Amino acid sequence: MNRVSTFPQESQLRRLLARRKRIGWLWQVVFLLATILVVLSLIVLLYNIVVGAFGYVIVQDKVSPQEIVQTYTDTPEAALHTLSADQYRFILEQNLSKGLLRRLNSEAPLTERSREELYRLVVERVVKPRVVQSYSLVDSIFERDKIFAEAAALPHSRVEFRRWLNLDFLTGKQASVPELAGVRTALLGSLWVIAITVVVALPLGVAAAIYLEEYAAVVANPWLRRLNAVIQTNINNLAGVPSIIYGILGLAIFVRGLEAFTSGAAFGATADGATANGRTIMSAGLTLALLILPIIIINAQEAIRAVPQSLRQASMGLGATRWQTIWHHVLPSALPGILTGTILSVSRALGETAPLVVVGASTFITIDPDGPFSKFTTLTIQIYQWTARPQDEFRNIAAAAIIVLLVLLLTLNAAAILLRNRYSRRLV
Amino acid sequence: MNNGTYAIELQNLNCYYETFRAVKDVNLQVKRNRITAFIGPSGCGKSTVLRAINRMNDLIPGARVEGQVLFKGQNLYDPAVDPVEVRRRIGMVFQKPNPFPKSIYENVAWGARINGFKGNMDELVEQSLREAALWDEVKDKLHQSGLSLSGGQQQRLCIARAIAIRPEIILMDEPASALDPIATLKIEDLMRELVKNYTIIIVTHNMQQAARVSDYTAFFMMDRADRAGMLVEFNETGKIFTNPTDRRTEDYITGRFG
Amino acid sequence: MQKLESFSLVQKETSTNTLLNTLRCRLRPGELAVEAFLFLAAVISIFVTIGIVYVLGVETWSFFGRINWEDTNKQLAQPVGPADTRLVVTESGSPIPVGAIIRLDDEIMQVTAVKGNQLAVQRGQENTLPAPHKEKLDIYEGERVVLWEFFTETRWEPQIGNFGVLPLLNATLMTSAIAMLVALPLGLAAAIYLSEYAGPRTRSILKPVLEVLAGIPTVVYGYFALTFMTPLLRMIFGDDVVQIYNTASAGIVIGILVIPLVSSMSEDALSAVPRALREAAYGLGATRLETVLQVVLPAAASGVTAAFIVAISRAIGETMIVAIAAGAGPNFTFNPFEAAETMTGHIVRISGGDLSYDSIDYNSIFAIGLTLFALTLTLNIISRYVVAHFREEYE
Ligand SMILES: Nc1ncnc2c1ncn2[C@@H]1O[C@H](COP(=O)(O)OP(=O)(O)O)[C@@H](O)[C@H]1O
Ligand SMILES: [Mg+2]
Repeated sequence: MNRVSTFPQESQLRRLLARRKRIGWLWQVVFLLATILVVLSLIVLLYNIVVGAFGYVIVQDKVSPQEIVQTYTDTPEAALHTLSADQYRFILEQNLSKGLLRRLNSEAPLTERSREELYRLVVERVVKPRVVQSYSLVDSIFERDKIFAEAAALPHSRVEFRRWLNLDFLTGKQASVPELAGVRTALLGSLWVIAITVVVALPLGVAAAIYLEEYAAVVANPWLRRLNAVIQTNINNLAGVPSIIYGILGLAIFVRGLEAFTSGAAFGATADGATANGRTIMSAGLTLALLILPIIIINAQEAIRAVPQSLRQASMGLGATRWQTIWHHVLPSALPGILTGTILSVSRALGETAPLVVVGASTFITIDPDGPFSKFTTLTIQIYQWTARPQDEFRNIAAAAIIVLLVLLLTLNAAAILLRNRYSRRLV
Repeated sequence: MNNGTYAIELQNLNCYYETFRAVKDVNLQVKRNRITAFIGPSGCGKSTVLRAINRMNDLIPGARVEGQVLFKGQNLYDPAVDPVEVRRRIGMVFQKPNPFPKSIYENVAWGARINGFKGNMDELVEQSLREAALWDEVKDKLHQSGLSLSGGQQQRLCIARAIAIRPEIILMDEPASALDPIATLKIEDLMRELVKNYTIIIVTHNMQQAARVSDYTAFFMMDRADRAGMLVEFNETGKIFTNPTDRRTEDYITGRFG
Repeated sequence: MQKLESFSLVQKETSTNTLLNTLRCRLRPGELAVEAFLFLAAVISIFVTIGIVYVLGVETWSFFGRINWEDTNKQLAQPVGPADTRLVVTESGSPIPVGAIIRLDDEIMQVTAVKGNQLAVQRGQENTLPAPHKEKLDIYEGERVVLWEFFTETRWEPQIGNFGVLPLLNATLMTSAIAMLVALPLGLAAAIYLSEYAGPRTRSILKPVLEVLAGIPTVVYGYFALTFMTPLLRMIFGDDVVQIYNTASAGIVIGILVIPLVSSMSEDALSAVPRALREAAYGLGATRLETVLQVVLPAAASGVTAAFIVAISRAIGETMIVAIAAGAGPNFTFNPFEAAETMTGHIVRISGGDLSYDSIDYNSIFAIGLTLFALTLTLNIISRYVVAHFREEYE
């Protein structure tokens, strides 16, 4: 039998090849398009945030400034900001409740306040400008006329361009109205929580990694060997546990079980620990520490494994003990890798939200955290809270807070990369 | 006691990696203040035997040694013996130069320091570097990284580092295999100097090197049957290279096999 | 060469001190202490796991053990003494079946027989003491959460005694399935493109993009889902079809979130396939596509499968996106455009409010958490098993 004849003939062959090539080309385009789509989704995601953080707002005054000037002064044509301190004081006394006046006076007597301060009070308390409608950057550009028309239809209102992300936003405290709210408390809260997380997780994680890489391998006892294998598997599995489970663990162990400790009562620090019920920075920090512990361990193990074996041999060959070898040679060489891994884990912790909600982040606090036993909120919690609000203006400050968070993360990652590059050069 | 002549005696030495027997039934006496060379085709267990002598094999998971290694009559595998103490007295130089990522000075001083040296460190460093024939080349840059030296210099630095703790025996595992001929020559000359004060055991696959520097030569080979390395012949170097008793040794050194 | 100064760093043997003594094992307390500390640090991870299992287990146990009392709207028609085993109750309200446990004041009883308005009971059940009860006292019927109900009941309304995890589980599976529909094709296609087609320059641009995507916090993705994906879906399918909160939007965005995971793990698997195998295929005249799809991809199958499984596990455990975009309130539906709360979303919503310990809500968090933990752990173990046992070994 002639087997060759079962193959296609020359011309057929060429047609077949052309078809195969065409299909190949088609699929290459499909793969490329999929990849482009992925890149595009990142771009859209970032674009969507930036667009949310800037744009036109329609501001409406509760009482128009002109009306105030007309009612309370004998110079009806004057602008509100040109009045004298006495006139401002008069306006305030006429419009504010007794209780509020008393409170303001007790903070600092109105008679002693400067003209600018009084003017600001009048605007804040009497004119009460409020953002009634906000627009994204895209709408602001493409539907400018419509926005202005809408503003014209509302009494005492005007259109302003607003950068939601500004210095006041960074330094301002929480507030119930979006245009006055800031992320200061949340930013400080995030830093506090992360500090505790790092202080706890870094030494433990590195220690565990050293044990697993430097000691576990040379253990002879079969039971201990098995235990070490269990520990390693366990760490790998822990790294895959959803973060919210850690939140539940933190709730049961740190918030509830160790309340005396995490509320600071055991140390006599009951400032606001008494009201926090263990829902403190300490609990949050410890919870996140457990969360990133497996990640730190795995990263540190990799860094330690990358230290050449010859270095250990050289040291041991000189009669150094195991710990002398680790402390003097292995750790210094592995340090950049360990730090890089730690920074990446810290970014992970900084971006966590769910476990903190479960552990009991406060949704609204205006006082700066002053220690590990304070109640807390974090940037991510604020972003979540604001995003979940129905009003558009809260979405705007959520976007602004996201930018703050992303810049923070970007800085951390840049630091990690710099660190890696610098040390890897010095080692050679 | 045979304290006087032998620095190391191997008695029925068997080395295992997990279940694989890499070396079987080695019996060998290493004379003091002599250079003993281990030669043989690669994979025949030379390095394994060498590492067994200062218990570096303890560091390899699953590695196991049976039989005895006598150091001046004392079995080093006695359960009471501390491997760390052993390595203080039996130093080692590795195949690839492996200086610490520290300064030249620190490379030499570190071992002495962790071993509790209290004397004048500058003197010790200088003396060790001189003994390793490196002093003149590095005396002006003692605080540069050890890694900035050339390969041959790095290896001599490793030798200086090893002798800074005054071991009695120096083990060298193919110390010149990663070096160029000139650097190799320097190391070989250095070994002839060092042997006045130390006992040296060197693993080499280079027969010229063994013939030139060593006083005694041990020829190892792999047993075809069980792939375990074994000692075929051990004698004065002159005899091994001119008049071997074993056919296999002759085949190997004349290049007919290997 | 200078003469060797004769000194020694080690203790040398003398006539009184044997060689063995100088070599003897020294007790190094410092070394031991350090090793013990390092070991303890490593063991902590075991305690974390034990902690998770213990905490979830104990609270879940009390979730299934607890009795929830519902008003039957029946009252005692006659007063009873501490020793009476016969109760006369009013006509009104829901009937009380035989075997039910009922509560009057603090006393718990079990109903052994029912005859019209008369109940035969065993007094003082569940460690309570028999006591006299007045006329017109409200009767509560107790209901235990049973495992069977937990996994079959389609309503989750803890306050009125419905404890079916199905609506939550269903929503979780819906968002995860939608996420996989997005992430698997896109992630795998991107991996194939990166490892088989892209040049080094393109890779050097694309890899960081994926890393950035992987590094963005999930709450940001939640914002993206609510402010971009949902309006987009509503624009495409119409406002009346797509609710503001819906599982489709959350699912798609979870998909985008796990794309980097799928693509980087798949790419690792693909690039681990040796060059020789590709060359063999090319040598037979295969086109690049044929080589990729018929030779490289099958050779990397175990790694790619593991990537998929890990991605599913990640999607199931994802919380913030669903908490923000999928909707609040359990809803047993298969319509991806309707709001439905997932397991994780439910936990976040319940614990975000004021949660008092030992309430049914508190306990239910742990029961749901245990379900979630078991689900994701199983998937992770399977993925590890797939990698370990189905890997093609190449030298
Ligand atoms: N760390 C190790 N683990 C397992 N087997 C090893 C190890 N080191 C060496 N071997 C094996 O032991 C045998 C002897 O190796 P080695 O002593 O390095 O030979 P040589 O130095 O003569 O080339 C070889 O078969 C080698 O594969
Ligand atoms: Mg060797």
